[in-house]
Amino acid sequence: MTAPDNNEGGLSVLDRPNSYIGRTVPRPNAKRLIAGRGTFVDDIKLPRMLHLAFLRSPYAHAKIEGIDSDEAKSMPGVIGVFTGKDLIDHCTSWQGVLTHLAGLKSAPQSALAVEKASWQGEAVVAVVATSRALAEDAIEHIIVDFKDLPVVLDMETALDPATPVIHPELGDNLTWTREVVGGDVEAAFSNATHIVEETFRFSRHTGVTLEPRGLVADFDPVERKMTVYHSGQAPHMMQAIFAKHVDLPEADVRVICKDIGGSFGIKVHTYGDEMATVAIAKILGRPVKFIADRVESFTADIHSRDHKVTARMAVDAEGKILGYELDDLTGVGPYSMYPRTSAIEANQVISLSGGQYDFENYRAKATVVYQNKAMMCQYRAVGHPIATAVSEGMADLAAAATGLDPLEFRRRNLVADDAYPKTSAAGAPMDDLSHHACLDKMVTMMDYDAVRADRTAARAQGKIRGIGFASFIEVGSPSPLFYGTGGARISAQDGATLRLEPQGTVTVSIGVTEQGQGTEAIIAQIAATAVGVAIENVRVKTGDTDNSPYGGGTWGSRGAGIGGEATLQAGKVLRQNILHVAGAVLQTGPDTLDILDGAVVDKQGGAERITLADLGAQVHFRTGELPNDLQPEFVATQHYRVKGQPFVLTNGIQASYLDIDPETGGVTLLKHWVVEDCGTVINPQLVDEQIRGGVVQGIGGVLFEECLYDEDGNFISATMADYLVPMAAEMPDIEIAHVETPTSTSELGAKGAGEAGTGGAPAAIMNAVNDALAPHKARVTTHPITPERVLRALGVI
Amino acid sequence: MDETTVISCTVNGEAVEEIVPARLNLVDFLREKLDLTGSHVGCEHGVCGACTVRLDGVIVRGCLTLAAQVNGATIETIEGVTATGEVADLQEAFLARNAAQCGFCTPGMVMSAAELLTVNPDAGRAEIRDFLSGNYCRCTGYQAIIDAVETTLAGRKNGGSTT
Repeated sequence: MTAPDNNEGGLSVLDRPNSYIGRTVPRPNAKRLIAGRGTFVDDIKLPRMLHLAFLRSPYAHAKIEGIDSDEAKSMPGVIGVFTGKDLIDHCTSWQGVLTHLAGLKSAPQSALAVEKASWQGEAVVAVVATSRALAEDAIEHIIVDFKDLPVVLDMETALDPATPVIHPELGDNLTWTREVVGGDVEAAFSNATHIVEETFRFSRHTGVTLEPRGLVADFDPVERKMTVYHSGQAPHMMQAIFAKHVDLPEADVRVICKDIGGSFGIKVHTYGDEMATVAIAKILGRPVKFIADRVESFTADIHSRDHKVTARMAVDAEGKILGYELDDLTGVGPYSMYPRTSAIEANQVISLSGGQYDFENYRAKATVVYQNKAMMCQYRAVGHPIATAVSEGMADLAAAATGLDPLEFRRRNLVADDAYPKTSAAGAPMDDLSHHACLDKMVTMMDYDAVRADRTAARAQGKIRGIGFASFIEVGSPSPLFYGTGGARISAQDGATLRLEPQGTVTVSIGVTEQGQGTEAIIAQIAATAVGVAIENVRVKTGDTDNSPYGGGTWGSRGAGIGGEATLQAGKVLRQNILHVAGAVLQTGPDTLDILDGAVVDKQGGAERITLADLGAQVHFRTGELPNDLQPEFVATQHYRVKGQPFVLTNGIQASYLDIDPETGGVTLLKHWVVEDCGTVINPQLVDEQIRGGVVQGIGGVLFEECLYDEDGNFISATMADYLVPMAAEMPDIEIAHVETPTSTSELGAKGAGEAGTGGAPAAIMNAVNDALAPHKARVTTHPITPERVLRALGVI
Repeated sequence: MDETTVISCTVNGEAVEEIVPARLNLVDFLREKLDLTGSHVGCEHGVCGACTVRLDGVIVRGCLTLAAQVNGATIETIEGVTATGEVADLQEAFLARNAAQCGFCTPGMVMSAAELLTVNPDAGRAEIRDFLSGNYCRCTGYQAIIDAVETTLAGRKNGGSTT
């Protein structure tokens, strides 16, 4: 339940008159984006700005025996050429490890490859010129003497004694391993009526932000201050990283994130090309711009997934889950990504799998290995697409083994809505979830009986048609236990500063950032509600380390849950501050007053006493009229972090309805439904659009997107023509409903909404595909479910 | 040095004469020479549609058209169609429906949708989806965009259009 606000006479602050919570209001920043007036990083032009281009390794693994750049240095417009060795003294190396992930090991990584390149696309030489085109011209004239090294590609053989070790100093290709055990799995399986087993494969895919990564680094050599305009999600984290590795005090590094053209977790990591850009700007004392082109994005952005999971589930005669075990193997490229590491996705898989179900006996093992492919790290819904697809795939197998309808199986096994707080078999704390309420709502929303009847009729006409479900949990609002505890300078806390301006408007400065989710809109809604002003009179400023309270930025579905709560608390303090001054001015008790729609009013009756504009003018310009013992404070800052829990979970259920073409193997999505519980819904439209966008990214992963490598480690689908992303024509309409169970960890009660769509969609669609294929005795458990994989399963090819 | 050529063209109603490298593409010309940064560069090989602009009344990929090819031509960009109010109803529908999230694809999407509004005023949802399949969006999942275009089409049919 939401905690009562003492100032509202028993009413929640969310229920204040003129509350904007739960209302659809337009995003204040969307208008200019729709008019083409955004400012993305490539739109920034600074005086004397130079452009960077990189020579990248064409080999997956090669020793660098020499670099001849003499000719390039004399090319028109070229200002400088930098190799890895040139930058060693200007940018220190890093290691993607966290102390709380015991045993995680990684080799030191530099901005540019020094002794050897370890994946195709690793930056080797940087050329600075007066234009990008001239820099690229010069790259054509650089000769790098690469000597091929044996490549390690297959994660299944990466640990074999016969496989070469990528970084000999590490001893082997093992990145990290962990086992989670709960209860007595052996006993559970020995008591089972049915045991089902399956192997699932999840290919690599990547984020494909439509705006590629990029930055402009501007170093002032006189004041020794670095300003970085960055296409990123976490300005304070990057401030700390840039400062540390190019040796500047954090206070002299300013990171500004203006409009960001999509992020999805891609833009929250440390990339060598970006570090090189900052280091070179410092060396040259001039602004330097680097914008990744699309091929660079494919080969140098982080990838995600690439898991092979074998799973077993034991159920009794009634279909109750007795035990569940799984073994997850994942390949993460040649280094663990800095500073978040490449072990988190596998850790999520083993920590969260099956968490929607009520059972005691669990064993899961994660093995993370190195390979000579692009680096792997956290992308939207980290680990959840795998955890959910495996658990829900196993649930459907177990349902079939016991002769139960998939929804009946879920009803018998989902954690009861009144069972919280509880700890999952994997040891994860769970609270405020609503699996059964969501399932019931789904049955009604989709009209399950009607859809089943439609499927039967379609099958009678020869269609290969299926229905699939996925119940899921999703982590949001991560606490300091995620990264900070392990030594990373990543804030799990965010601050909001609210300021009443002389004209009665409110300015909010906040650490959480906007990449299109609508962060600025929801923060404005919360501030307007908490203070008592019209939303048109709220301005939100974010994405600038010089001007925002310290914070983590936006990732991990934390914007609403953490930034929103900080705003709510700061708004309440500001309102009290204002009422304190108003009480003195009006010679009445502050507790008899309230603020409504931009004016101080009598709490009883609502009569207007003084507008905030009049009060603002008095406080700022006619201060002499105030009592001498009254010092108005029209600025309030509050911070917020999740306490006592590692994260705030959300839950929901998705359903997919689809056809398979027996001749082409292609999947046609007929309809997709989502019931989501993200706690308090601040802006229904923005939440629904986050879910829809997330679902479609999940659809990309399960049906289309695949980073394909050949046997030499060449990335052969590294263009938008070869790497398929969802297009408008292929996507279904997505119907959404909500169950609102506010999180008891905050007053606002909002949980995250940005990732659950991506986490659940692959499972629902895979289950629908296998429901469709079941009458044909075929199954597909490799993602993406391409036409070829479907046809092979059907025995057509 | 780059081989150059002189081009004269009309961009958003203004006469422009510039010396351009022969290899410069249209979207880079618009962005770098004319500071019209509303057209975006997403893939540089004609797939994503973020660079969609109008050339002599027809939408083209700004990354697959050379600046040297537009000598004598008329070009309209998102800045131009916004200023004339030609797509004001469409932009209003995008805002109301939250059909833009990060906004990077949006100018190209608006340019493509604007063409659909004139070439196929009777388009249904499936046709809207088909027509816009050359413009990638990674944020919205498309449904809000389809809704916004559908609303605009309906509005124009009901006489709400000023074009």
